[in-house]
Amino acid sequence: MQKQFKNVVVASMAAAIILLAAMLGGAQAPAYRAPRTGDGKPNLNGIWQALNEANWDLQGHTAAQGPVAALGAAFSMPPSLGVVEGDEIPYLPAAVAKKKENQANWVKLDPEAKCYLPGVPRAAYLPYPFQIVQGPQNIMMAYQFAGAVRIINMGAPTKAPGDSWMGWSNGRWEGDTLVVDVTSLNDQTWLDRAGNFHSDALHVVERYTPRSADTLMYEATIEDSKVFSRPWKISMPLYRRVEKNARILEYKCVEFAEELLYGPLSKKP
Amino acid sequence: MSHRSLTLTVALALVTLVALLAQLPATAQTQSSAAKAPAGAKAWTPPRAPDGKPDLQGIWSDNTLTPLERPKGLGAKEFYTDQELAENSKKARDGNVGEEGELGAARPNAVRYDLELYGFDPSKLRYTSKRTSLIVGPEGVVPPMLPSARERNAEIAAKNKGHEFDSYLNRPLSERCILMGQEQIPMRPGANEGNLLQIVQGQGYVSLLHEIDHSTRVIPTDGRAHVPQNIRLWQGDSVGHWEGDTLVVDTTNFTNRTPFRGSSEKLHLIERFTRTADNTMVYQFTVEDPTTWAKPWTAEVTWTKTKGPVYEWACHEGNTMITTILRGARVADAEAAKKGK
Repeated sequence: MQKQFKNVVVASMAAAIILLAAMLGGAQAPAYRAPRTGDGKPNLNGIWQALNEANWDLQGHTAAQGPVAALGAAFSMPPSLGVVEGDEIPYLPAAVAKKKENQANWVKLDPEAKCYLPGVPRAAYLPYPFQIVQGPQNIMMAYQFAGAVRIINMGAPTKAPGDSWMGWSNGRWEGDTLVVDVTSLNDQTWLDRAGNFHSDALHVVERYTPRSADTLMYEATIEDSKVFSRPWKISMPLYRRVEKNARILEYKCVEFAEELLYGPLSKKP
Repeated sequence: MSHRSLTLTVALALVTLVALLAQLPATAQTQSSAAKAPAGAKAWTPPRAPDGKPDLQGIWSDNTLTPLERPKGLGAKEFYTDQELAENSKKARDGNVGEEGELGAARPNAVRYDLELYGFDPSKLRYTSKRTSLIVGPEGVVPPMLPSARERNAEIAAKNKGHEFDSYLNRPLSERCILMGQEQIPMRPGANEGNLLQIVQGQGYVSLLHEIDHSTRVIPTDGRAHVPQNIRLWQGDSVGHWEGDTLVVDTTNFTNRTPFRGSSEKLHLIERFTRTADNTMVYQFTVEDPTTWAKPWTAEVTWTKTKGPVYEWACHEGNTMITTILRGARVADAEAAKKGK
């Protein structure tokens, strides 16, 4: 009887140890570790693209007809559950009216239609690929849309010489995550086609975290005390363009925007 | 002059002097190596990027006084002596240089509100090599255009004649911020703005950001083929490979809307990037277009490493020129119509 009890105790202890080991093992299951570049940094080189509806509206929305009846279903708004944490953009009361006005006049006012440089964070989730070219001192992000480009300084942080469309980017590594601090953005860019906007007080902190060989997690914390009551966050995966012949091709969209911008000033035949 | 501004002036003069002195060894090196380059490149081993390839990264300026074509009267003389170079530099700084110096926007009659504000300080004008022209070889000039090419270009010009102000489509690409003069490849210098170029290297790619119009070429260096012939691009399709320590970039697939000195869509460019010293890169380009010139021609530009920063050049976003020009033309049309009645 005593021996039997002892056996049960031993068996239970063994089972507990196995269970505990399994639990610990589960908790310690190693997170994805990105391959390294020649200088030992996580290798983010590649051509990446968002695959979602964020550029239509960062927040959740139902499908809706597009602005050009002639294009019918070909250019209508696809539905989405949104990419904003908590699905709320915390506008200050005074800024709500401007957002609504932007949305109502979207086609006329959206800088995307005019082929203006898209700014940050919108550049990351425009429906076009972008390429990360990773050097040791500087990382270049080359976007297909409008040939936009950013240089991310990986050295000691530097100050912007002035405000610009694509802002001033200082980067650093936190483990496998590339953290980019973006300041000195002008107030001319939008966040999506729904008229979400910001001021020149915008401060964006982006996080690019490798999550598998062909996906990155993209997060952006958006802070702008002139427009929002608190910082807020968007997140989405970015996917590698794995086609063998994938390239960033020229998309000089100026010529696609000229009729919109200058057409009324052309000589009438 | 107040005490304070005098102090400031003296301080500025000192800073300038120090900056100039700091540049001296680099310039001297540039000249001696450029005279031999790219053959002289062998004597010096470039640092390596993390992927083991030569490290071309950094911010470079192609600013030089050397003109593209050799001044008339120099014949086959390809290089100046040190003394001749010093004399030409001085003349350029005094604003009385002839065709042996390309002053660009720093020339005295250039329309600028404030040359210094734009960084066109004449005392900074310099030659980065002893070459008499960027075009190499005994001729030193662009070969004569083929008669058929002259006809083609005359036809294009004639089509636009009398319609220059009809629409944005009739305006030059540079005015429309589609392709600015110096943005177009091959990259040509001038004592002008838009001289900065930043190179970043990633695995299997070299990326060139030309400050002018934030013009970026992400060039694959794995020896892949060009995109198919039916894909035509304003700046062509650039693919690269390494030949020893030299990056060789081959560009085809141009459009017929971007003539380079009268070229057609058959334009074929070969660019060669070779670092020859810590602060020097020799950029060589060969231009080939059998529908425009009877033979290819080659030029060589010596670049100098510089501090930067490279600014964002948002041309289209600030383009009020097209609107102003077309509006002016419509007002003129309306006035002409009124008078005609």
